[in-house]
Amino acid sequence: MLKLEKRPQPSKAWVWLAPVVAVIATMIAGGALFALLGKDPLVAIRTIFWDPLFSEFAFFYRPQLLVKGAPLVLIAIGLSLGFRAGIWNIGAEGQYIVGALCGAGVGLAFYPMEGWFIFPLMVMAGALGGWAWAMIPAVLKVKFGTNEILVSLMLVYVAEQLLASMALGLMKNPEGFGFPGSRNLQQYPSAHNAELIAGSGMHWGVVAAMVAVIFAYVLMTRHILGFHIRLTGEAPRAARFAGVNPARLILVCLGMAGALAGMAGMFEVSGPAGRVSIDFNVGYGFTAIIVAFLGRLHPLGILLAGLLMALTYIGGEIAQSRLGLPAAAIQMFQGMLLFFLLAVDVMTNYRLRLTWREVA
Amino acid sequence: MDLSSINPILLLASLMVAATPLLLAAVGELVVEKAGVLNLGVEGMMITGAICGFAIAVNTGNPLLGVLAAAAGGAVLSLLFALLTQVALANQVASGLGLTLFGLGLSALIGQGYQGIRPPSFPRLNIPGLSDMPVLGRILFSHDLMVYLGLTIVAGVWFMLKYTRAGLILRAVGENHEAAHALGYKVVRIRMMAILFGGACAGMGGAYISLIRVPQWTEGMTAGIGWIALALVVFASWKPWRVLLGAYLFGGVTVIQLNLQAAGVAIPVEYLAMSPYLITILVLVIMSADKSSAPASLGRIFHASR
Repeated sequence: MLKLEKRPQPSKAWVWLAPVVAVIATMIAGGALFALLGKDPLVAIRTIFWDPLFSEFAFFYRPQLLVKGAPLVLIAIGLSLGFRAGIWNIGAEGQYIVGALCGAGVGLAFYPMEGWFIFPLMVMAGALGGWAWAMIPAVLKVKFGTNEILVSLMLVYVAEQLLASMALGLMKNPEGFGFPGSRNLQQYPSAHNAELIAGSGMHWGVVAAMVAVIFAYVLMTRHILGFHIRLTGEAPRAARFAGVNPARLILVCLGMAGALAGMAGMFEVSGPAGRVSIDFNVGYGFTAIIVAFLGRLHPLGILLAGLLMALTYIGGEIAQSRLGLPAAAIQMFQGMLLFFLLAVDVMTNYRLRLTWREVA
Repeated sequence: MDLSSINPILLLASLMVAATPLLLAAVGELVVEKAGVLNLGVEGMMITGAICGFAIAVNTGNPLLGVLAAAAGGAVLSLLFALLTQVALANQVASGLGLTLFGLGLSALIGQGYQGIRPPSFPRLNIPGLSDMPVLGRILFSHDLMVYLGLTIVAGVWFMLKYTRAGLILRAVGENHEAAHALGYKVVRIRMMAILFGGACAGMGGAYISLIRVPQWTEGMTAGIGWIALALVVFASWKPWRVLLGAYLFGGVTVIQLNLQAAGVAIPVEYLAMSPYLITILVLVIMSADKSSAPASLGRIFHASR
């Protein structure tokens, strides 16, 4: 009979092996799913994971890796801080939307003035907007002990309605012939989050994501705050004795996650998306949760996981147009990845033992 | 704006309809949480139930079979969660989130080709005498079977938790799994059954939306009702009758909000549509002062080391 036995210490090997095993298992299960849908599984997997990087049209897709990976990494880095401490902010999608609205709002307010200071102001507004939106669950949690999971999630729906109201009302393009959606920020040089090197996909959001990774790495390994975050997550009682202020930790973790998500939204709306429209958000805020876990809540892991997840987005789009694979199949594929990861993760803390049933 | 166009009798009648999916999902989750498991995948199980029920109802022409299929679909999806959290001992918050993400994808995949179809209509209950009563008949006694099924389940759960041995064991497992294990109760097995029950209830709640309330299939049509159901369990302090009260409260907010939209109140539609979510947050804030009634082992991983 197989029995789980708790390891005295988490296995170092499995910490890094688990995501790899999970990805392979997902590929196998995903292949079976695609086969069920009547597609050749090998071709589908190759289209998703290989073609965006190495096919003859890869030069077109590779920049997309950065474009799609940057918001995922940016949001996931913020989320990972809270997840480490057992603070569950799952409303990053809402913070992303509000950040985008605030950033775009500042940009649109200055239209058609030109100036170097407009874009930095927009970045700050985006970060502030996301921060403020995340402060709602944070303050409610600190003041009243309200469950931050549910509040932050509810605020996603509120933010979506706010976005709809803005796209149809206040921020609607006055020269847009009555169509919903704001002015195109790509055509407004001072507010445009343009590619820094043409054709590379490298925009300011990518730079911000890199900075966030380094910043988070230093924070978690070298700074007392990072130590407090890890301590609270791993041993809450010990953290209390060590004098960690839980309220402060909640405010900081949720605040940072919100600011990063808001910035991600702002970079997206002023760059790749271009304008505030009803459906400009595509669920990065939720996918980032998978990215954070797949990256083991570690900054470098998140960077790799973000790129991998971006790959599934791009490959998914290719598979959609070339093989007619439904978009939902990709969404399911990403969900499966999280499942397999959580399942394989048991090996990190437990080991399998073959035992004979003993007399109780 | 014309508020007189809102008929209070119809309003109350539609309140019962609007509350039913919430009621079903919330009472299922209540049982799960009473067993000490926090399943955040309610939204995913609901939407999966919604499409499973819809597809079977359309293909067989029988809405009752659809409801059964929805319960089965929700339960099968929740089995995934049960395996992850009870066998692989995974984090319940993360697994629940994963379940929701997975369920949304799965439902969208199954639902291709079902858009824009009308499902077979659900038979309305018509009790001679009762249904013909002047005001109460319209409000209370002329709904479809599912409304009464929801009420029956609430009553059944209340009775089971309060008066039966099975309910006592379930609560014991939720309050202190170590002690329950020491007494010889199969903690994992009991929790698995609770999770499956919660999944079936959530699935039926989802099917109620796609088969009766809307009735149509669109992607992501549960629009956060699963999450509101989770909040409702907190609001109800884990008591079945208060789940009923809460579901009607939220159903009322939804219905009034929709009626106000139709009546053309000067508030923009988007702000009215926000109101159920904002009120949920408000209620959570008010109720979070009292945490004493939460099951003590809620969300904790159980591993039988001996």
